[in-house]
Amino acid sequence: MMDNKMIVEGSLEASDKGFAFYGRLPYYRGLGLSMIEDIQITVDGDVIPRADVRFHVRGKTYSLDEMETVYDDRWNFGEKAKIIAMKPGGLPAGDHRIEFAVRMRVSYLPFVPTTKDTKVLALAA
Amino acid sequence: MPIKRGVSLYSFQNETFQGKLSLEDCIRTCAEMGARGIEVIGEQTFWGWPEQAVDPAEIANWHSLIAKYDCVPVSHDFMLDYKRYKGREMPFEEQVASVRNDIDFGARLGVKYLRALVSIAPEVLVAAAPYAEEKGIKILIEVHAPLHFDHPWIIRHAECFEKSGSDALGFLPDMGMFVHAFPPVWKEKFMRAGVPQHIADYIEKAYEDRVLSEYVILNVQQMGGVGPAIPMAETLRHNAAFEPKRMLDYMPRIHNIHGKFYEMTSDSNGSYVEPSIPYEEIVSVLKQGGYNGYICSEYEGNRWIEDAMEPDSVEQVRRQQVMLAQLLGEPAPQLRAAA
Repeated sequence: MMDNKMIVEGSLEASDKGFAFYGRLPYYRGLGLSMIEDIQITVDGDVIPRADVRFHVRGKTYSLDEMETVYDDRWNFGEKAKIIAMKPGGLPAGDHRIEFAVRMRVSYLPFVPTTKDTKVLALAA
Repeated sequence: MPIKRGVSLYSFQNETFQGKLSLEDCIRTCAEMGARGIEVIGEQTFWGWPEQAVDPAEIANWHSLIAKYDCVPVSHDFMLDYKRYKGREMPFEEQVASVRNDIDFGARLGVKYLRALVSIAPEVLVAAAPYAEEKGIKILIEVHAPLHFDHPWIIRHAECFEKSGSDALGFLPDMGMFVHAFPPVWKEKFMRAGVPQHIADYIEKAYEDRVLSEYVILNVQQMGGVGPAIPMAETLRHNAAFEPKRMLDYMPRIHNIHGKFYEMTSDSNGSYVEPSIPYEEIVSVLKQGGYNGYICSEYEGNRWIEDAMEPDSVEQVRRQQVMLAQLLGEPAPQLRAAA
């Protein structure tokens, strides 16, 4: 659900350290960060290594490994989190095909869902 | 006392997710439909909960909106994330403490009921029951497809509730367990994903004929079904036309109803109907059982159409409320001027 609303349109930005966009949790509620099992970013077909992904919300930045033991913070319902890819050199200006996949551990589900959105976002020069 | 109408704000998730409807918009919309009972998933409506405390100002705002639109807080639906820790289940005592925390939150919201998800162990709820009693709240396990009132898991809950002697434990049936026809919005979505017409037609007919899910899945494979045809057939594992009258044995413990629906369409007389859920029969059974709580709209068609169009949750809920008012013998809801 909300699959096609995960990547926030027009939110791509870059610096010499990497790039970032805003992402939302594809779910009808929020989730404690320890239950976000994985976030995978792909840009123009290249997967960003897990260790190079950062999650930023309300002034705090976490690596995916750190998030696994965060029990006092959440990705709230509909909340736009900054999804950061550490990629030296950043991205060139122009259109980029971004894939954003989130795997979450949901207590009541008999499976561990991964939900994905793909959008072409423009990066201003 | 007659059956009352309400809405779970779950219904408006597509709009609230995008910030298109505020809490006030939601409550005002329900009031305008004459659906005065308001149910929330606490952590959907109140950011931070349950990992973080909710600002008292947010709770005060909730109460002022409820008062402004003359509504009634019905239920706080809690989640209890017992898989919070990677690789190990939350210990029993911590689960019970978590439920007590949600009882406190429900009390702050002024609700009489808490919705517990169906996968929660009955022993956890029994252990939390004395605290619920103290706070004047009942914990209701949501009986939701693929589970149903004859399933051993639900029977075990019922036995534990009886043995506990507590009247703070009960059931919240979700009407999605009474899907009597394959929902058109499901079929359409699977066809958009590539299921061929003849296979989609077969699955729809097999559902109507009440064929066992495992046979339908095998037949679809033998018809050459691949990709999305298999998950379409597998929906029969998780959905079935159980009988609304099965609620009758449990009426003394049924205190809230999820008016689940996937789509409201117009029939040939211009009345609104849910083509896949038999609401006329459901309301008749609830009346027969002397039910006098709320039926809270729970629109879940959003996820079945959002790939093709933007859901109009408010219009869908309005149509269901018109149908419910008619089935309950109320005058058609008039749009009430905002207070």
